[in-house]
Amino acid sequence: MAGYVAKRVAQSLLALLGVSVVVFALIHLVPGDPVRTALGTRFDQELYEVLRARAGLDQPLVVQYFDWLFRALQGDLGVSFRTGQPVTEALMQRLPATALLAVSAVLVGLVIALPAGIISAVRQGKVSDYVANAFSQIGVSIPDFWYGILLILLFAQTLRWLPPFGYTSLLEDPVDGLQRLIMPALTTGVVTGAILTRFVRSSVLEAMNSEHVRFARAKGLPQRHVFRHHVLRNAWNPIVTITGLQLGTLLGGIVVVEVVFAWPGIGRLALTAVERRDYPVLQGAVLLIAAAFLIINLVVDLLYAKLDPRIRSS
Amino acid sequence: MADDPILSVRDLHVSFRTKRGLARVVRGLDYDLHAGETLAIVGESGSGKSVSTLAMTKLIPMPPGQVSGEVWLGDDDLVPLSEKHLLHYRGRRIGYVFQDPMTSLNPVHPIGRQLTEGMRYHLELSDEEIRERAIDLLQKVGIPSPEKRLDDYPHQFSGGMRQRVVIAIGLSCDPEVLVADEATTALDVTTQAQIVELIGRLQDELGMGVIWITHDLGVVAGIADRVLVMYAGQVVEAADVDALYARPRHPYTVGLMRSLPVLGDLERRDLASIPGLPPSPTALPEGCAFHPRCAFRDDDRCATEAPPLRDIGDGHLIRSFYEVPEEIAQEAAAEARIEIEPPDADDVGDAAAEVGSRSGRGGET
Ligand SMILES: Nc1ncnc2c1ncn2[C@@H]1O[C@H](COP(=O)(O)OP(=O)(O)OP(=O)(O)O)[C@@H](O)[C@H]1O
Ligand SMILES: [Mg+2]
Repeated sequence: MAGYVAKRVAQSLLALLGVSVVVFALIHLVPGDPVRTALGTRFDQELYEVLRARAGLDQPLVVQYFDWLFRALQGDLGVSFRTGQPVTEALMQRLPATALLAVSAVLVGLVIALPAGIISAVRQGKVSDYVANAFSQIGVSIPDFWYGILLILLFAQTLRWLPPFGYTSLLEDPVDGLQRLIMPALTTGVVTGAILTRFVRSSVLEAMNSEHVRFARAKGLPQRHVFRHHVLRNAWNPIVTITGLQLGTLLGGIVVVEVVFAWPGIGRLALTAVERRDYPVLQGAVLLIAAAFLIINLVVDLLYAKLDPRIRSS
Repeated sequence: MADDPILSVRDLHVSFRTKRGLARVVRGLDYDLHAGETLAIVGESGSGKSVSTLAMTKLIPMPPGQVSGEVWLGDDDLVPLSEKHLLHYRGRRIGYVFQDPMTSLNPVHPIGRQLTEGMRYHLELSDEEIRERAIDLLQKVGIPSPEKRLDDYPHQFSGGMRQRVVIAIGLSCDPEVLVADEATTALDVTTQAQIVELIGRLQDELGMGVIWITHDLGVVAGIADRVLVMYAGQVVEAADVDALYARPRHPYTVGLMRSLPVLGDLERRDLASIPGLPPSPTALPEGCAFHPRCAFRDDDRCATEAPPLRDIGDGHLIRSFYEVPEEIAQEAAAEARIEIEPPDADDVGDAAAEVGSRSGRGGET
């Protein structure tokens, strides 16, 4: 197991290094002078000089890369071309909101998908199976902002139960924070739940139809024992994997929902950075999203190894 | 073997509701099994061998499956029993060993746990006693230093070793009947012989009746006491093993024997000796189910009238209006008969040798 962990950690670090090269290259692939482009009409010679030097653009490429990497490792990702705010600071301000939303959405998704997927697998071909299937079909085919708008119309506009948008830290004001979390979390969670339902269903079905389940039944074990120890236990592995991947995707990709609910997350930060050609911020956001994804993947793989003895020992 | 049978199957029918209509997979099966006896059920793929034995304890999906008839185990008829009551028979009184040891075991649990979980439900023993029994069973089936292997996972065993574990599980609650469904088919020839020998030895030791399912009439000669030849869900010929090999009567049996490879001449596997394919259980032919493929039929009666199962003496039963001429039948039987050479002496030695090639078939795990 220790060998496996070491191997996976090394792989992740290597992948992150690869990502850093791509992210670094971004600023140099932009045609023209990125600082000039970013400043646009607000051009100011003094600010221009400062930003260029700060971004190290006057050095040879290799030197620039290692310089950038070295500083990134120390948590210094440069400053925003637009606001002059350190990128790390901007990211850290946004990270909690995104993490909160992503985790809540995955929880909502699991609360939907576990029962729906398991019931639809167990009652294959029955009414509940069709209902669950219809839900996941509809869930994945309608874009998430649509649910967001529906929820806003219902709960904020008509019923006036919830504030329509915005974010409050749960630490500052738990009640208001929760109220503002509900709609974005539901919006994202429904789609996540729809995706996960299909995977839960197919994982459970696959486990149910395996030969070792028939053999377990041939031992005279009660149905619930067989289901718990030979069906669900085996279905966990793929479910854990796909859930982790969903979480990783959400951390970088809730852009639209963040926009709909004015949620101050990484996705919106990245979007704004693209619009404004604010390359240091964009680099930082991409690096953070990639790192989060790799870390989650690593955790998922380690969990998987814990669940599956075949991987553990290989 | 004049004593009462431990298992009596009477007029067993199994069918499945399918999209293409009712699939009649087992159609009126009768047989007895005595303690210490080995009954072989042979037949092509799809003839209903597995389903007929799984249906005894309703291990088939129900619905769409349905079972009728009688399955007497001692004084109990299993057919009317509910799922809950059947739990006391599955594994406890009828043990099963399935074909593929690569898939019969759950990859995520140690083998010790898989071996003991049935015993925990069925036997009133303490944890310590169950553990001892597990070690004892693994010892019996030829797993070296079993106490060290209880916590190992299936992928840490070779195919042959896994099948030994599966057999230990099948025997763990001391069943009266052991169903070995193609228990050696997935294994290489040497391992096959070891497993055949092992089950034979355990049967002598424990006295259970064994139902040995196979499509290989060659293997049967060396291990069975009595043979049922199944075709399209029915017995087409049944006889004591020596009588069957002395003179098979049914055209299907002779066809099966002819289609076997002759030892030392594997090229001669003349599969065309039974032309065509078995009928679909949803569309069985009129008359004799075998007549469309029969090389010996000679009039229209076969196509219109279903032959009854008739006793031609000494419990030799055939379901055919015609008997294959003696000379042809004997020639086919002589070629088919393979005596299983038991591996030399002590099995544990072989078992130990097998551990060396542990990853033998483990590639796909
Ligand atoms: N759940 C099911 N639903 C419908 N048909 C089934 C089901 N299970 C088995 N059958 C059918 O029952 C027939 C007999 O199957 P069975 O597994 O008993 O064959 P077999 O003689 O054991 O063949 P093999 O040598 O391939 O194991 C086959 O035609 C199969 O398609
Ligand atoms: Mg079978």
